[in-house]
Amino acid sequence: MASAAAIRDDQDLDSFRAEVREWLEANFPASLRGKDNAMATIEGPAQPSADELAWQRAIGEKGWGVPTWPKQYGGGGLGRAEARVLGEEMARIGAHNPIGGMGVMMFGPTLLEYGTEAQKQQHIPPICRGEIRWCQGYSEPNAGSDLAALQCRAEDRGDHFLVNGQKTWTSGGQWADWCFALVRTDTTRKHEGISFLLIDMKSPGVEVKPIRLISGQSPFAETFFTDVQVPKENLVGPLNGGWSIGKRLLQHERSSLSGGSSSTRPRGAEDRSLGELAKHYLGADAEGRVSDGELRAKIARHEMEARAFSLTLRRAALEVRGNQGPSAATSIMKNVGAKVTQDRAELAIEVMGMNGLGWEGEGFSDKELATTRQWLWGKAVSIYGGSTEIQNNIVAKRILGLPDPKPGAA
Amino acid sequence: MAVLNEEQTMLRDMAREWVQNEQPITAFRAVRDAGTAEGYDRDAYRTVAEMGWTGVIVPEAHGGSQFGYLSAGLVMEELGRNLVASPLGATTAAAGALALGGSEAQQAAWLPRLAGGEVVGTLAVDEGPHHDPDKVEATAARDGDGYVLNGTKSFVPEGDSAHLFLVLARADGERAFFLVPGDAAAITRARRKMADGRSHAEVRFEGVRLPADAKLGGEALVDPVLDRARSLVAAEMLGMAGQAFETTVDYLKTRVQFGQPIGAFQALQHRAAKMFAEIELMRSAVEAALEAIDAGRSDLAETASLAKAVANETLNLVSREMVQLHGGVGMTDEYDAGLYLKRARVLENQWGSAGFHRDRFAKLNGY
Ligand SMILES: Cc1cc2nc3c(=O)[nH]c(=O)nc-3n(C[C@H](O)[C@H](O)[C@H](O)COP(=O)(O)OP(=O)(O)OC[C@H]3O[C@@H](n4cnc5c(N)ncnc54)[C@H](O)[C@@H]3O)c2cc1C
Repeated sequence: MASAAAIRDDQDLDSFRAEVREWLEANFPASLRGKDNAMATIEGPAQPSADELAWQRAIGEKGWGVPTWPKQYGGGGLGRAEARVLGEEMARIGAHNPIGGMGVMMFGPTLLEYGTEAQKQQHIPPICRGEIRWCQGYSEPNAGSDLAALQCRAEDRGDHFLVNGQKTWTSGGQWADWCFALVRTDTTRKHEGISFLLIDMKSPGVEVKPIRLISGQSPFAETFFTDVQVPKENLVGPLNGGWSIGKRLLQHERSSLSGGSSSTRPRGAEDRSLGELAKHYLGADAEGRVSDGELRAKIARHEMEARAFSLTLRRAALEVRGNQGPSAATSIMKNVGAKVTQDRAELAIEVMGMNGLGWEGEGFSDKELATTRQWLWGKAVSIYGGSTEIQNNIVAKRILGLPDPKPGAA
Repeated sequence: MAVLNEEQTMLRDMAREWVQNEQPITAFRAVRDAGTAEGYDRDAYRTVAEMGWTGVIVPEAHGGSQFGYLSAGLVMEELGRNLVASPLGATTAAAGALALGGSEAQQAAWLPRLAGGEVVGTLAVDEGPHHDPDKVEATAARDGDGYVLNGTKSFVPEGDSAHLFLVLARADGERAFFLVPGDAAAITRARRKMADGRSHAEVRFEGVRLPADAKLGGEALVDPVLDRARSLVAAEMLGMAGQAFETTVDYLKTRVQFGQPIGAFQALQHRAAKMFAEIELMRSAVEAALEAIDAGRSDLAETASLAKAVANETLNLVSREMVQLHGGVGMTDEYDAGLYLKRARVLENQWGSAGFHRDRFAKLNGY
């Protein structure tokens, strides 16, 4: 629908596009063209080059790392259409966004919604500049899918909370500056006894022990709190009102995870299409058809599902434009996104055969080794941020309105 | 479960007891973490030999018990349950080739030592990342009254420690297995560190001189030898699938979320029930292949492809589900799920992917 207003918008967008091009020209170091978003990868802090630091500083100060966040806290203050133009222009020249992590994906949007003015002033600008790493203190050994069973205690000690307990699977816990945590402030009620607390990871009594994954990396940790003093002003929202804030944050998490594989791709992993890989590892006939007919059909089936998924993402984005925030449909997205990611990884190692199962050392290319690790790491995407089963339960109950089983059902 | 005779029942029980008591998965972890190229525990393998498991398919005349492949499969299955790092599977496959195609003198020279556990044997077949015995380019060229072997074999199981290779090569216008002692000067081995922490070496044969009788039979022997190896590895995979499944079901019974064991959720019950059904099919297919070898049946090729394809699909499913149903702990190195997952994919590739065997099955059936 091309209304007069839309056409005027388009003219505004054209001049904005010119402004973006000019700014990128002046600020984006050409040496970084085509480089992935190192900050969002799983391998912990990289050693950034001078150009990377300069680029982070430039985009951080401009606020364009978080283009739609309000300007007064250091964001870009852009509308959705402008943000899209910025994204297109960055993609055009192969510029990555170095501002990322859990602060951007989950915590920032939540704090903007629920935080006090002082909390926003304190925490949002450093996220916009990419200076502070946040980690998520939700899960505990006995509170995973059943998150509200969490036990980590925060006792009211007048001017501060005293935190005691354990969190686990804390992604990036060993590198994080701050932690947003769900803690128990009332032991007599389950969901209504949980509060949302911000904990400085440098506080005395915080101990972090990395956990090794099946992929060999240790990107997450067990986090122990022993008599950790947390100032009262670090409570977000009301006392015992943390559950709904925590859930809101999970919606942001799930919608960003459904984007697919980019945040799960280790540096250096294979980026050729599966079809190209199959030709390389299995050969092709004179017409360019992958010689293994069954694998060819499997690849096509996967690529079609992936295509349908990205069409769905696009359709959903068009549909929510104008609405605020993530929609219930993100629950479907996370599951399909996880499946597409994992199917691709399984197909990649299948195409590569034994070469896709190398662990380290001679005889494998770096891409092959990264593909093995990526396959293993990718098994997590259907577990974290609400497992596939939990997402399916949510879809069945909330969206489809299906009832719970009665006790005694066969 | 196939109907076992008394000997077989005893053999299975002994293997089960030893694996459960002496070879918990921590034993595999110790081997993995030691990081040696050979990738197995010599003491454990000595015990395997002392129990006679290295000679299960070896004729009595050459120091074995000649129980047959169904029996050998029972042992492989038990070893598979706890991922026991042992060259038994590779050695049994090599002994099988010798027993099928070796001369009396070769059998007398090698089988007692394979059966006694002094010699580790293995098949050296593939030359790329996929199992494809038709694509073999290694050559054994006539040279006087013998052969000269040239070629490079990739991902040879137990290739780092093997004392005896059975190398598939082209000679006299056909493919054949060649008997190659591992200490020949013109052999070089390069370790390949793979996700399963076991031995898979690239082995180069550069101008290896062999006597005329190094050639075991010819083309007609290639499939029977490979089908024995495929059936044995399928038996190992059966044990892995069984244990991975049981560990997972135990976890469903003990892990509590939402005030109940997660196994109370029907969504998970159905997944467990499906795996249970698949493993039953897998057992039938694997046992049928082993029995076909023992009975000398003519449909072995088809039956072995059935076994390996079903084994691949089932273990793929069970190893995936094992990680997923364990949730976060399934992603940790501390839990065992990842160990099964990694070994599973390597064995799925060894001696043929499901696609390879489906294609072969279809060809054998004329479509
Ligand atoms: C790589 C990785 C990174 C993570 N990062 C973080 C982090 O930064 N911060 C943090 O707080 N947490 C993090 N997590 C934890 C993650 O959120 C939990 O693993 C997840 O919530 C599942 O909980 P659990 O591991 O206890 O599994 P469980 O809840 O024990 O689940 C086990 C299995 O049971 C299934 N199940 C459970 N309940 C039901 C049900 N009602 N119906 C059907 N099936 C069910 C699950 O889907 C799963 O398959 C991370 C996890 C991983 C793997």
